[in-house]
Amino acid sequence: MTEFLQQLINGLSLGAIYALIALGYTMVYGVLRFINFAHSDVFMVGAFAGFYIGRGMPKESFATGFLALAGAMVVCALLGVTIERLAYRPLRNRSKLTVLITAIGVSLLLENLGQFIFGAAPKAFPTLFPVHTFKLGALVINSSQIVVLVVALALLGALQYIVLRTKVGTAMRAVSFNQQAASLVGINNDRIISFTFALGSALAAAGGILYSLNYQAIDPLMGVLPGLKAFVAAVLGGIGNIPGAALGGLLLGVVETFVNGSRFSTFTDAIAFAILIGILLFRPAGLLGKMQVEKV
Amino acid sequence: MIPRSQLVLITAIAVAGLVSACSARLDPYFALIISNIGINVILAVSLNLINGYTGQFSLGHAGFMAVGAYTAAAITMFGAPRFAPALTQGAGIHALFPLALLGGGLAAALAGVLVGAPSLRLKGDYLAIVTLGFGEIIRVLFRNVDSLGGALGLNGIPAYTNLFWVYAFAALTVYVVVSMVNSTYGRGFLAVHDDEIAAEAMGINTTRYKITAFVVGAFFAGVAGGLYGHSIQTIAPTGFDFMRSIEIVVMVILGGMGNTTGVIIAAVLLTLLPEGLRMVADVNVRLPFAAPFDNLKWIRDTRMIIYSLLVIVLMLARPQGLFNWANRSATKPKI
Repeated sequence: MTEFLQQLINGLSLGAIYALIALGYTMVYGVLRFINFAHSDVFMVGAFAGFYIGRGMPKESFATGFLALAGAMVVCALLGVTIERLAYRPLRNRSKLTVLITAIGVSLLLENLGQFIFGAAPKAFPTLFPVHTFKLGALVINSSQIVVLVVALALLGALQYIVLRTKVGTAMRAVSFNQQAASLVGINNDRIISFTFALGSALAAAGGILYSLNYQAIDPLMGVLPGLKAFVAAVLGGIGNIPGAALGGLLLGVVETFVNGSRFSTFTDAIAFAILIGILLFRPAGLLGKMQVEKV
Repeated sequence: MIPRSQLVLITAIAVAGLVSACSARLDPYFALIISNIGINVILAVSLNLINGYTGQFSLGHAGFMAVGAYTAAAITMFGAPRFAPALTQGAGIHALFPLALLGGGLAAALAGVLVGAPSLRLKGDYLAIVTLGFGEIIRVLFRNVDSLGGALGLNGIPAYTNLFWVYAFAALTVYVVVSMVNSTYGRGFLAVHDDEIAAEAMGINTTRYKITAFVVGAFFAGVAGGLYGHSIQTIAPTGFDFMRSIEIVVMVILGGMGNTTGVIIAAVLLTLLPEGLRMVADVNVRLPFAAPFDNLKWIRDTRMIIYSLLVIVLMLARPQGLFNWANRSATKPKI
């Protein structure tokens, strides 16, 4: 029983990170209907931004941690907006395949630039937050796990607030519903799309830092696998659906952690893809998504 | 009277035989590059059938290649010595090797059915991710099969690959793909690419065309994998990762999707490019007035950066590919 709880806690803290990344995929898909392959590399850049900011700080404390978090989120928001402006916006009216290939190109560019600038060797991530280990009976909870869960939940709440309660959030939903109609009622589509990219990229940066706090090593290719899995999480929850992405992320994190703890641990990396194929075959709209009929 | 295309095929295979006969005199380094060019041509042309002509964007070609490489290696290393030892010696290998390649191709084709089947319900981005996922699953599976070397892979595969087999199969790939697409039957691939709904409305069995594209493409990728394994003599799951798939995709994009000639040119150029860059990077430029420096090393380090920039710029400026002069473009007009 304690082992079950322990794995559940580990799984939830991994899942919360997947959820943060998955939100970026889902929001961009919501407004532009395409998969931003470069999102996983924005996650990586976020981790590196946190690394360089954290290294310049005197000592680990909550102030250091939150400053690094905020700094990395700003850096990545700018990066996301830049990518959209330079690579995706000129292709707005082209075929989906063209945009998809461009996104893969941007992803490769960020990875290789990362290897060129940061070096390919893994780097030890600084402990930004004060470290504590709590014992609840036989349960061992790391303070970084608590930080991950708290920060992730706070960001999810903030996002939910922005999307549902603010003017810009309403505009985002309008754009994702129907771009033409949105522009007719006076919404500046380009600005809303930029804002969506900024928001999604900032969440990815937070995910990157939280991920690195747990795993303590970062390298330029670190984003590839978590990125793909977060995408699976987004599809699992129903792509374009914000609560769905959070649910999918948590579910995937828990499932993966349990598989990792079982005797099939070597298959962990394949689980996400098996889930993806299963969900696409049997319920392509995802757990919370609505089925849509394609119109000619 | 033999049709012209078959005449071309026979000539190409004969030329491959001739080149192969002379290859003993070739520098082994150059022989390896020439062989890699042929293997990449097979991979790119076969992927072009799926991605280019049929418009089903697949990112899992390296996975099919892995299936072919492992199957062919298992046949020559484990299967043949046990069940048909006569084939492993002397002239027997000339019969064994093509059989092993066919076996690798068939195994990959089977994997192609498995990938093609779910692709019926998916398109665009989703299909890309699912094929990518299949490629990763295949890699994870091979990593977990201990009898195939696990994560370390298979070592000591016999060096059966020579230029004849590479170019004979390259010619066969081009022949099959080109004559398939240019036949009456093959118009269906282009119809599925151009507009799936319209094609279906006209009574084209889009399902069958998609699966056929996957099966044929996967078959030749498997053959290429077998050739690759028996050329470098050691295969490991890490050699068939996502980046390998991307390399093949870049060849198809650069050449122009749905344009076999362009794709062949791109496969040749992109195989030569890293070798060329490596040679340039190894040259130490000595200026008379300064200390010797090897700053050209940056070229080697930036190779992949250039690749990825190339993809982005190409998509922005010339989405139909560099070597596509024909009318068929990768972008379809928006309705």
